Amino acid sequence: MKLHEYQSKQIFAKHGIPIPKGRIASTAEEAKHIAEELGKRVVIKSQVLVGGRGKAGGIRLAKSPDESEDIAAEILSMEIKGLPVRKVLVDEAASIDKEIYLGITNDRAARKPVMMASAAGGVEIEEVARQTPEKIIKVHIDPLLGLRDYQARDIAGCIDLPRELWRHFGQIANGLWLAYTGCDATLAEINPLVITSENKLLALDGKMVLDDNALFRHSDLADMRDLDIEAQSEIEARKYGLSFIKLDGNIGCMVNGAGLAMTTMDIIKLYGGEPANFLDIGGGASAEKVAAAFRIILSDPNVKAILLNVFGGITRGDEVARGILSAMNDVKTQIPMVVRLVGTNAEEGRQILAGASMITAETLVEAAKKSVALAKGEAVQ
Amino acid sequence: MSILVNKNTRLLVQNITGKEGIFHTKQMVDYGTNVVSGVTPGKGGEWVLDGKIPVFDSVKVAVEATGANTSVVFVPARFAADALFEAADAGIPLIICITEGIPVQDMMRVRNYLDQKGVRLVGPNCPGILTPGEAKVGIIPGDISIPGNVGIVSRSGTLTYEVLYALMMANMGVSTCLGIGGDPINGTNFLDALEMFEADPHTDMVVLIGEIGGTDEEKAAEFIADRMTKSVVGFIAGRTAPPGKRMGHAGAIVEGGSGLAVDKIKALQTAGVKVANHPEEIPLLFKS
Ligand SMILES: Nc1ncnc2c1ncn2[C@@H]1O[C@H](COP(=O)(O)OP(=O)(O)O)[C@@H](O)[C@H]1O
Ligand SMILES: [Mg+2]
Repeated sequence: MKLHEYQSKQIFAKHGIPIPKGRIASTAEEAKHIAEELGKRVVIKSQVLVGGRGKAGGIRLAKSPDESEDIAAEILSMEIKGLPVRKVLVDEAASIDKEIYLGITNDRAARKPVMMASAAGGVEIEEVARQTPEKIIKVHIDPLLGLRDYQARDIAGCIDLPRELWRHFGQIANGLWLAYTGCDATLAEINPLVITSENKLLALDGKMVLDDNALFRHSDLADMRDLDIEAQSEIEARKYGLSFIKLDGNIGCMVNGAGLAMTTMDIIKLYGGEPANFLDIGGGASAEKVAAAFRIILSDPNVKAILLNVFGGITRGDEVARGILSAMNDVKTQIPMVVRLVGTNAEEGRQILAGASMITAETLVEAAKKSVALAKGEAVQ
Repeated sequence: MSILVNKNTRLLVQNITGKEGIFHTKQMVDYGTNVVSGVTPGKGGEWVLDGKIPVFDSVKVAVEATGANTSVVFVPARFAADALFEAADAGIPLIICITEGIPVQDMMRVRNYLDQKGVRLVGPNCPGILTPGEAKVGIIPGDISIPGNVGIVSRSGTLTYEVLYALMMANMGVSTCLGIGGDPINGTNFLDALEMFEADPHTDMVVLIGEIGGTDEEKAAEFIADRMTKSVVGFIAGRTAPPGKRMGHAGAIVEGGSGLAVDKIKALQTAGVKVANHPEEIPLLFKS
C-alpha cells in the first residue's frame, strides 16, 4: 500500500525528520488561505500515488496567495499518469543548494534492508540509477541490530556531505530507519533531502510503501489507503479475500493458487488469446467464493469467455464441482465457460459438470484452446 | 531416496490444534509420516487424533519429551515469526513454515537469526515437502505422486501439484518434492535445493518451477551451468504478468525491470535447461 507525500512526511516528522511548514488542501481557496498563513512563497504539490510529479507539471512554485489559488485550481483539475489530482500540498518554498537522495528498501537477494543514498538526488534519480548506478551508495542494515551510527556517518562521507551536517544527517537517517521499521514499510524514501541556502537539511519530498501483510498491526495506517489507484473490481475482490488483478484481454480466468493462475494466463496467451484478469481463489473453492469471483469477472464487459481451472488436491474435484454449480445458480450468465478439473476425484467432478451441460476439458492445453475459440465466437464441444 | 524428510523424520506440528493444523496432521499421519508431537500454547497435556499425539505448551518441552527433529508450522501470520524463533531456540534443525502472509520485515529478522543458528528453514508460504512413500510434511496431496528419481523444487503450490500429477500420469516417480514458497524473503532457495538434489544419489533429474520476481532463478541457472551434472527441466510462470503488480504471491512481482519471466527463461536456457511452455510438457522434455 502506497502512502501520499503528505502522509509520509507526517510520519517522517514524528521521527524527527525536518519537513517544510505546510498543509493539505482540497480546493483552490483552501490553498490560497494556507499560502496567506505561511506568508511566503509556496510550492503547490499534487498528491497522486505516482512518481515524477515534478516532471509532469504537478509541482509548481507560487509567489503570492492569488497565484497559489490559480495554480492550485489548475493542478486540481489535472490528471497525472491517469490519476486524478484530488488534493494538493501547500508547502513553504525552500531555497535549495543541493538535492540528496536517501531511502531504505528491502533487498530480497541479501535478505536485509538496504539504505541507499546519492549526492545526485532530485527528479533525475531514476536516470542516475540507470546510467550511473555507482553514484548510488548502498549499505545493508542488520535487521536484528538496526542502523548503526557509524553506517550513517559512512554514508554521509560517501555522498560528500559537509562535515558540520553529519550529525544532523545521522539523526535523519536514524529517523528514516525508525519510520521504516515502525510502519513495516517496504520503502521509505526522501527525494530530495536538500541542503538549503542556510546550510540546513530539509526533507522536501516523502514516499512510503507499506507491507500489506503487516497492516494488521497498523490499523491507523491502513485507513489511509487511497482507492483511486485500484480498479473497482480489485477493491471488491479484496473484500472476499480473493487475489485479483484486472488485465486488458477478453478471457476471464478463475484458478486456485497464484502460480497456477499465472500459468493459466500464460497458456491462454500461448494459444493466441488474451487473459482478462489474474484471479486466485485460494484453497477450498467454496460456492460463496466462486460466486463472488464470477461476479467480479463478469463485471468486466470485455469478457467473452471464462476459463475455470481448479486443481483438486486436498479439496476433492467433486466438492469443487458442486461449489461451481451452486455458484452458477447464483450468478446467471450467458458467457460461455470452460471448466478444467484435475487431481483427486476429478472424473466425478467432470461428470457432475457435464451433466449440467458445461464445457469441460481434461488438459490445460485443451482448456486453453477451447476458451480461446469461445472468445472468438467459435463453437466448441 | 530423498532430501530433507524421510522415514527418520520425527515431526512436530506447531499449532496442531488449529483448523489447518489438525486437518493436515491427520493427512500426514495417514500418509505414514511419523508425527511425534504438537504444540499449542495453553493446550499442553491434551492429546489429538484419538489420543495418539501429545500436545505441549512449548516447543522446548515437546522436543525434550518426544525427540522431534523437524517442525512444521501452521501458526497464523501474525504469530508466525515468534513460532519460528521458538522452534530455532528449542534446537530444531529443520523448520517448514506453511503460513502465508507473514510481514516481510518479520521474515528478514527470522531469516537472519536462523542463519546465525544454522537452522534450515523451508518456506514460508509454501506447501511443504513430500518424499513419496516415506513422509509428507505440509499440505501437498499424497495421492498425486509415486516414488521415483525426479526431484522437484518450486515456488508455488497448486502449480507444483499440476507437475506432480503430470509426472505420475507419465509414470514418472519423484524422489522429493520441495515447495520453497512464494514469499520474497524465504529460507531454502533454488540454489540450496539444487545442491541437495545434485548430492542425493537417488535423484537423477530435477524439475525447477519458478515464477516472476527476484533473481533466484538466475542464480540457480549459474549453479546449473557450473556444477550440476543431472539434467534439469524448468518452467517459469508469469510471462503475461504486468509489471509492478503482485501476482498473488508476495514475491511474484516485476520491480524496476527486474524479475521478468523472459530473463529467467533465457538464463535457464543458456545454462542448458530445457524450459517447458506449459506444465504438461515437462514429462515430455525429460523423454526427448
Ligand atoms: N518545498 C519545496 N521548495 C522548493 N522546491 C521544491 C519543494 N518541493 C519540491 N521542490 C522541487 O521540486 C522537485 C520535485 O518535487 P518532489 O516533491 O520531489 O516530487 P516528484 O518526486 O514527484 O517529482 C524537487 O526535486 C525540488 O527540486
Ligand atoms: Mg521526489
